Amino acid sequence: MILGKVQVPASVKAGEPFEVRILVQHPMETGFRRDADGHAIALHILDRISCTLGGKEVFRVELGSGMSANPYVAFFAIAAQSAELAVEWGDDRGDTGRATALVNVVPA
Amino acid sequence: MRRRSFFARVAALAGVAAVRVRAQGRFQPPQDITPLINEITKGVAPEKKGVEVELPLLVENGNTVPLRVRVASPMTEADHVKAIHVFAERNPRPRVASFYLGPACGKAEVSARIRLAGTQQVTVLAELSGGRFRVGPRDVLVTSGACLDDASL
Repeated sequence: MILGKVQVPASVKAGEPFEVRILVQHPMETGFRRDADGHAIALHILDRISCTLGGKEVFRVELGSGMSANPYVAFFAIAAQSAELAVEWGDDRGDTGRATALVNVVPA
Repeated sequence: MRRRSFFARVAALAGVAAVRVRAQGRFQPPQDITPLINEITKGVAPEKKGVEVELPLLVENGNTVPLRVRVASPMTEADHVKAIHVFAERNPRPRVASFYLGPACGKAEVSARIRLAGTQQVTVLAELSGGRFRVGPRDVLVTSGACLDDASL
């Protein structure tokens, strides 16, 4: 289980883009580093984050070792009615994680 | 030339050469990323406009560099940004990340924190619906790069 969180504004206007911010706890080891004894630290990368709003995919990222440790990703989405925003992520060792947020839509 | 000034000049030249050699050994040379771009564009020439890349001019720590990309697009079903690809030519793995968007995003804007292994050009390629592409190169100065630690100097 990889921990992380997703943040959306407290209320959004129908049809207006709002920012979704995602933060996941992950070392993002590049595989190029060595530990104190000189042994190579194996590659360990969070390689995918996907996001659905009301069950429909709105956004997906493929990450590489060029992303910082504890990856932060933000994007925009629009919602017509209140729905659940679910974010799922996974790394190259088969570990996964998930976070949800409720998008509260108020009339524009 | 006086004997003293001659020695001073030789020493200065040797110093500059040593710094250059060390810098070359220390940093990854810039790689040609056109094959990576061609793999996505399939040979279509991208337009050099409409991509706004927000990066600090001077980065002190290449381990976390805030990046924000804006692509001018109405984000409708007929005309939207399908994907945004980020390349860093001097990173050991130049392909940093690929963001896949759709009309449900409402706005073609993404942000992330990336790693940069030294002063280089960051290239952002936007893939638009209808097989069009846009590219936005951006230079960034990095004083302390990521990915390389003292063991690899």
